[in-house]
Amino acid sequence: MSQSAPDRVNDFTIKIATVNGTGSASANTLLMKSIFRSGIPVMGKNYFPSNIQGLPTWYEIRVTRDAYVARAGRTDLMVAMNAETYARDVKEVAPGGYLIYDSTWPRPALLKREDITVLGVPLARLCNENFNGVRTRILMKNICYAGVLVALLDLDLARIRELLAETYAKKPQLVESNMKAIQLGYDYAKQNFTCPLPLHVAPLDKTRGNIMIDGNTAAALGCVYAGATVAAWYPITPSTSLMDAFKMFADRVRVDKETGARNFAFIQAEDELASIGMVIGAMWNGARAFTATSGPGISLMNEFLGLAYYAEVPAVVFDIQRVGPSTGMPTRTQQCDLMAAAYASHGDTRHVCLYPANPEECFYMAVQAFDLAERLQTPVLVLSDIDIGMNDWMCRDLKWDDAYRPDRGKMLSKEELLKLEKFYRFVDKDGDGITYRTLPGVHPKGAYFTRGSGHTQFGTYTEDSAEYQQVLDRLLVKWNTAKKLVPRAVIDATANSKVGIVSIGSCDGAIHEAIDILKGHGVGVDYMRVRAFPFSEDVERFLAVHELLFVVEQNRDAQFRALLTLETQVEKSKLRSLLYYDGLPISSSFIVEGVLAELEPRGATQPRARTSGAKP
Amino acid sequence: MTFLAKPKIAHPSLPKNTLGLTRRDYEGALSTLCAGCGHDSITAAIVEACWGVDLEPQNLVKLSGIGCSSKTTAYFVSGSHGFNSVHGRMPSIAMGANAANRNLTYIGVSGDGDTLSIGLGQFCHAIRRNLNMLYIIENNGVYGLTKGQFSASADIGTKAKKGETNFQPPIDPVLLAMTLGATFVARSFSGDKQQLVPLIQAGMKHQGFALIDVLSPCVTFNDHEGSTKSYAYTREHYEPAVHADFVPLEREITADYKDGESLPVVMHDGSRIVLRKLDTAYDPTNRTAAAAHIQERMREGEYLTGLLYVERAEHEFHQVNQTPAFALNSIPYEALSPGKAGLDKILARYR
Repeated sequence: MSQSAPDRVNDFTIKIATVNGTGSASANTLLMKSIFRSGIPVMGKNYFPSNIQGLPTWYEIRVTRDAYVARAGRTDLMVAMNAETYARDVKEVAPGGYLIYDSTWPRPALLKREDITVLGVPLARLCNENFNGVRTRILMKNICYAGVLVALLDLDLARIRELLAETYAKKPQLVESNMKAIQLGYDYAKQNFTCPLPLHVAPLDKTRGNIMIDGNTAAALGCVYAGATVAAWYPITPSTSLMDAFKMFADRVRVDKETGARNFAFIQAEDELASIGMVIGAMWNGARAFTATSGPGISLMNEFLGLAYYAEVPAVVFDIQRVGPSTGMPTRTQQCDLMAAAYASHGDTRHVCLYPANPEECFYMAVQAFDLAERLQTPVLVLSDIDIGMNDWMCRDLKWDDAYRPDRGKMLSKEELLKLEKFYRFVDKDGDGITYRTLPGVHPKGAYFTRGSGHTQFGTYTEDSAEYQQVLDRLLVKWNTAKKLVPRAVIDATANSKVGIVSIGSCDGAIHEAIDILKGHGVGVDYMRVRAFPFSEDVERFLAVHELLFVVEQNRDAQFRALLTLETQVEKSKLRSLLYYDGLPISSSFIVEGVLAELEPRGATQPRARTSGAKP
Repeated sequence: MTFLAKPKIAHPSLPKNTLGLTRRDYEGALSTLCAGCGHDSITAAIVEACWGVDLEPQNLVKLSGIGCSSKTTAYFVSGSHGFNSVHGRMPSIAMGANAANRNLTYIGVSGDGDTLSIGLGQFCHAIRRNLNMLYIIENNGVYGLTKGQFSASADIGTKAKKGETNFQPPIDPVLLAMTLGATFVARSFSGDKQQLVPLIQAGMKHQGFALIDVLSPCVTFNDHEGSTKSYAYTREHYEPAVHADFVPLEREITADYKDGESLPVVMHDGSRIVLRKLDTAYDPTNRTAAAAHIQERMREGEYLTGLLYVERAEHEFHQVNQTPAFALNSIPYEALSPGKAGLDKILARYR
């Protein structure tokens, strides 16, 4: 590891170690936003416990002039607010870095390292002397360290005040008390240390046209814009904030100002079996409906997903993936539901999946998911993860075209029905495998029976082999139509290399950064980010033209690689897995090391998987 | 042979309702259940009930889970949409469908296995939500399609066809529903069409969750000596406590009621149920007393039937959710999207 280079302006990572339930979130947001508003690209990642109060929690702020969105994989400045984790926190600081601790108490022996600078600030003493009440003192201690960082990193004090004024617009007294705590830390740092540190910020103009948002909020906003009216879910980390955000937006934009009527139904189900049932019932009956869940919920939804596939009922499911198997680590990230989502349920079932890479894509893919679900009359699963869903991302402004109208697919109106001689639910009139549907209440002529049992193309029950198989084969025609409708892969072949990286979802940021670093090593690689299942034709082509392909994903069992080998013609021997699965978001160094290890000896062609192993 | 369409031959002299439809217009596909199955009588009662209240066929939604009972939704009102879902999960489909369009009539048909075992959770929560639907349990105490295992409604001491005795206490859907706050709870017998038809009509009109537990003997697996759910046993042990007549909005009350015996309950659309107490000690408007009475009689081996509990519900799902009077699925997109201008306003928070 190299020493901290002298030019670390706008290029460093802060990590704040606290105890959960002490209100550090507002201090961290304050810091993030003040950097963002100074025009400097910044990313926030929250490593929190599955707990309400008292366990260690970390928040990482990456100041990144090159706008790299991945986890940095190194810490330049540690704010060690939790004595319980001192030992590991001090170890994590990169050589030449800094550590700030609360010096109200004598400095513990373990906070000693020759190659870093340790700065003591008596945060507890400062707050005890200036604030009353135990809770206030704890909360203000966190705001106080933010003040220290404002001085050390040369953040804009006026901007901090502006942000506090926005946050506490309705409670102005809180602006003053928070400002007081900020000032305490700020003044102490100014008086006792050389400010700013070599690593600090300097205003840029690189955040214009960007927002700072998490994926769950963006996805919820997408559901509002898709015209979803029924939201049903069972609370599960880390998907709950998506539903909370939908409710927040809907309360704001979907309530009739005159009557107070709410143009949406928000239903907390008794479990995930019920929540997916409600979504299927609502979409069958013509409302756009969705649910959000995580791995354990997907497991429970399997039977219903199979019904929706076979009975051809649209449904939209957001799976915010978390670490498995079983309960796993509910607040840590992975891409581990790829197989479970693609083939959910017994029998020959396959589901359309979308793989967003960031909050911006969560927004657009949410809208696309509803259009695809109704066009294809089948469930669509949007596979996000904790890193995308719950972390603060800088991303481009979300855009909206007022000309958008939902694609309701092949849905017959009463007038269209009356023109038909007879309506049959599952007869493929257009040859694309997609048949016409009707909504309850339309007209007796449009009535049909929806069932998960064997049925004919006319919708009637059957146990006749030929009649059953005709419907099953037509579903395959529809699956092939889906390949043409789902979002294309994002392909960067500018390196014109024989070597390619293939990946999905939240690996994207780390891969972009890795590609830049590899370029510095003289290694050019092409890159394809797959955005949907079934795989479109362009995926097949990219796989075919490259001689060596690194498949980067965040799970142990190479699920994405398995999907590629099952669903495309690619030769297995061309694929090398780079598997990261310790629960933290993947970082670029892991990819760079993996690629170089394979390419540099270049005689060792034995396919082998590189994995994250025990060390994050 | 897996599906038989019923030939539609209607005699011109068949009576018509105000929509000009005959009872035949409310029939469905031919039943494939065993000859003499209680469920077929319930299907006939549903046909009669829908015809009698002049229901537009397309305004009915039929929902079911899995089992013999769940098959029956295909056997009535072919002019309405039906959804035969998965085992025990019909209530969630009904919830979603009802959320999308509150202005249709929802009938769910389930069995004792579908409701009281695999579907017990969803059944309870549909009641808690006061989902506006009529939920009919075709209760025969036995699993038919898998050939005669006891269900959760099997009474202690009842004998299976192969001679095995049941020792586990039954789950009674009526008492359960009353405990959970259901606002319309009835029990009937598939062999008593006179009692059942008005109950179905009242249940369809009830604003909120309406339960009718219908004892419906299984002729193949549970109609033998020693069974407490056989035709013979049920006839002997069922006791009408409250008779309910359903009087549609535009009709006059024509039946002759003695003073003090009848109790009219006005439904939200103005139609009425007239309750006639056959057991003078029974009060179908007092939840606690009614539940105690049902339990007492049950201990004596008697099944009280009729509209056992009713109250005007004021907290049906949509009332609680404050949804508009029109269907959510009918709202034009323009009214649902805040548009580009709205997005700019929302995003200001994220800068």
